[in-house]
Amino acid sequence: MSKYYLGVDLGSTTSKAVIINEKDEIIGRGITNTRANYAVAADITKDEAIYNARFSVLKKKLEAEMQAKPEYRKYINDLENVFQYEQFKVRLDKLGDELLKTCRTYFKDEETQNLMIGHLRNIRKAFKPKIKHEYLYNNLGAKSQFFRDIVSEKYNEEVGKLDMSLFEPLMTVWDKSISPAENERVQFDFKELVEKAMDELKKKYKDLPDTAADSSVNFDAEMNLLRGNFDQVSNTLSHHIDEIAELEFNISNMTGTGYGRALLPFPQECIRSEILCHAFGAHAVFPETRTVLDIGGQDTKAIQVDKYGLVTSFQMNDRCAAGCGRYLGYIADEMSISLNELGPMAMEAKKDVTICSTCTVFAGAELRELTNLGEKREDILGGLHKAIIMRAMSLIARSGGVFNEFTFTGGVARNPAVIKYLTELVRENYGNDIKINIHTDSIFMGALGGAMFARRNIKADLPSAKKSKAPVE
Amino acid sequence: MAQPKEVIKEKSMVLQKEMLAKQFHDLSTAKESGKKVVYTFVPGNLTELILSFDMLPVYPEINALQSGMRKKSASYIKDAEKMGFSEDVCTYVKCDIGMMLNGNIGPTGEKLPDPDLLLLSYTGCFTFMKWFENLERLYPGVPVAMLHTPYQEDGQITDDQVQYMVKQLKEEVIPKMEQVSGKKYNHDRLSKMMENSARSEDLLVNVLESAKRVPTPIDAYFAGVYYIGPIFTAFRGTEEAVEYYSELWNEVQQRIQLGLGPITPEGELKEEKFRLVMEGPPNWTNFREFWKIFYDMGAVIVASSYTKVGGVYDLGFRHEPDKPLESLSKYCMGCYTNMNLPQRVGMLEQYVKEYKADGFLINSIKSCNSFSAGQLMIMREIEQRTGVPVGFIESDLVDPRYFSYANIKNRLESYFQMLEQRKIILAQEGTTV
Repeated sequence: MSKYYLGVDLGSTTSKAVIINEKDEIIGRGITNTRANYAVAADITKDEAIYNARFSVLKKKLEAEMQAKPEYRKYINDLENVFQYEQFKVRLDKLGDELLKTCRTYFKDEETQNLMIGHLRNIRKAFKPKIKHEYLYNNLGAKSQFFRDIVSEKYNEEVGKLDMSLFEPLMTVWDKSISPAENERVQFDFKELVEKAMDELKKKYKDLPDTAADSSVNFDAEMNLLRGNFDQVSNTLSHHIDEIAELEFNISNMTGTGYGRALLPFPQECIRSEILCHAFGAHAVFPETRTVLDIGGQDTKAIQVDKYGLVTSFQMNDRCAAGCGRYLGYIADEMSISLNELGPMAMEAKKDVTICSTCTVFAGAELRELTNLGEKREDILGGLHKAIIMRAMSLIARSGGVFNEFTFTGGVARNPAVIKYLTELVRENYGNDIKINIHTDSIFMGALGGAMFARRNIKADLPSAKKSKAPVE
Repeated sequence: MAQPKEVIKEKSMVLQKEMLAKQFHDLSTAKESGKKVVYTFVPGNLTELILSFDMLPVYPEINALQSGMRKKSASYIKDAEKMGFSEDVCTYVKCDIGMMLNGNIGPTGEKLPDPDLLLLSYTGCFTFMKWFENLERLYPGVPVAMLHTPYQEDGQITDDQVQYMVKQLKEEVIPKMEQVSGKKYNHDRLSKMMENSARSEDLLVNVLESAKRVPTPIDAYFAGVYYIGPIFTAFRGTEEAVEYYSELWNEVQQRIQLGLGPITPEGELKEEKFRLVMEGPPNWTNFREFWKIFYDMGAVIVASSYTKVGGVYDLGFRHEPDKPLESLSKYCMGCYTNMNLPQRVGMLEQYVKEYKADGFLINSIKSCNSFSAGQLMIMREIEQRTGVPVGFIESDLVDPRYFSYANIKNRLESYFQMLEQRKIILAQEGTTV
């Protein structure tokens, strides 16, 4: 039986899980927003990684067929998306129950209760088909968006259409309901859910219009292949799908890391510092790496590693988290735009606006002042992104500078403007020859490093845990 | 956090406690007994000279650290800030000023007497000068004696520098002491005291160097700050100090014979997991918590720079009875923070090697420029020269607002895991290569 290893990185903003096989290959990834209940966040991200791993195993198994028949690949990718939608539906029902419960306890008189419940039903009716469409036709499942974010965006949109007097009560009901709904772990039966997803897909393909011309959905060649051919593809793949649904995922060992690691339901010897995990993960993916920069939700780490991926020194921001991921989150809120839009908007900057990065809250004030002075949004955003990197550069300098290859990890590494300024400043300070690595899995590096420690069975061997058997040099 | 267990104390610690109790009692009754009081500093202190005039020394930075350990510093600092001292001013200064504003009650609960002489005997720390300017205003009319200590810019103490300092002692310091105490300078008495100083210094060096053993019988930082207590303060040159250090050295020898590990407030450290060299002063407000993080990880400090702030005796300096003033001058110039950065790096490098350390750690103090300047350079140099993993944490002397337990613990955990992982993986490499 194949052996698998799990790494869970419980960050301040997001929780990540990675499952690797015996060759250190990532076969499953899971990510969710960190919430008040760490254990639930860890469980959810772990469950997600296992579901994802099942699909990976399936794809690996059918690698040759998928190469030869693009319609197989299309089908499996679609299936994974719809599978995510099925999970989403269950969670949405839970949230619905919570919203009703809140309404009944929060509003004292029956009339208001019924009024609000009526509105809630309408809101749900309005946004549910939209979200379904996003999952089925626009790959929402592949975009790593969290349940809370997906629903709150749509909920806010619908509430915005209603009378102003309803805004406050409906938002209060939301605030009181989302956390309990989120903090409950929903156990899914993979097989049952995947079957539902297959049925849903069947409907999708049956309803496909006959020609591309009269379709509102995006057409592609693969989808064309599936049309008419769908039943056959589905039947051929179904026994493979059954097989992976029944596959037992034996997690041989695991490591917990990240900001919330001490709260993970893991044995003490399986808990490891995120500094070591990020470095180990980054080094595994890019073995020539000697300097790692990780910008997470609330801390930035500049790490030096040796040829084994072992940390030789590190520097972290102390006393203040300005310049980390949360800084960007705060700025996005201040500008009333989503976090994902920040980077692309900053990429439009035409000039450098200097912004002080010593304090997140002050940056908000500075932003308003600069707007008042007539500076363009994108230029201000460019300045904010540069400010973050300036702080990171100071940490890098403190840790000793940049050597050989430089690898950038953490959630912020997804932001194109951050990458732009980082590349600029690293080259400016350490030369144009420095190779800068940014992997698509950069946010998972900590979890990957953790899983790799688990595979090597290198325990956090401190006296408070177990006694060391390893010889001391 | 779990309820702290009863603190385990060595016999020498009890002895030291008695010495301090007597010292503070003598101070509280100084006015009645007619003894004159000199406020001065630990680095480059002229304790024997002060004692030879039958005067009593008071060390404001020791009072500040005691206030920090007794959880009083937060409110003292707040009072000094109310008076106008900025957030960035050295917290020793603010804590001391705050203590004076609150009646100058010392660590034993007895009142400290006002100074009869302000003796600024060390100028290696610029803040000291500003501190005494403030004390001068707080105690108007009290004579001030200032001894300028040349910095070891070129990494050595020259004859010219010694003569420059001796001249200041003869023309500035001693006349002021004679005037305040009403006594004449007594060369023989000073010489006799210096014999005691040198004996205590020999014994202290034995104790500190016992940490070269693997495993070490002592912790040279957390426990080290107690070991340096008498010699760095009011007792150098006294019979009591010789007695204390003889007792301490006996205890350490016994520990060596019995194969015992260092004593900590949590109990004996049974398994030495990591040996570290530490640079920078400790944090005093959370001293025990800070120490416990190390204890829990099985980490012991085998050598530290902080235990050299009041004299770097292990590099060979001893007070010389036949040339007391020259020797006091050399002593002042030889303190750790008066050494230039290459000298500091050289000393720490030697420590890492001679004490067989697994790592080098810096506790960078927000409010101490004397220590913090150059620490990143020191860290990098040590890493390059010795190859041991280096770590950097930040806290403060006595301002509890700058001690973040969660952040420090997180960094130290990462650091210790880094050391551990290195040991394991390098051992595996060693077997496979």
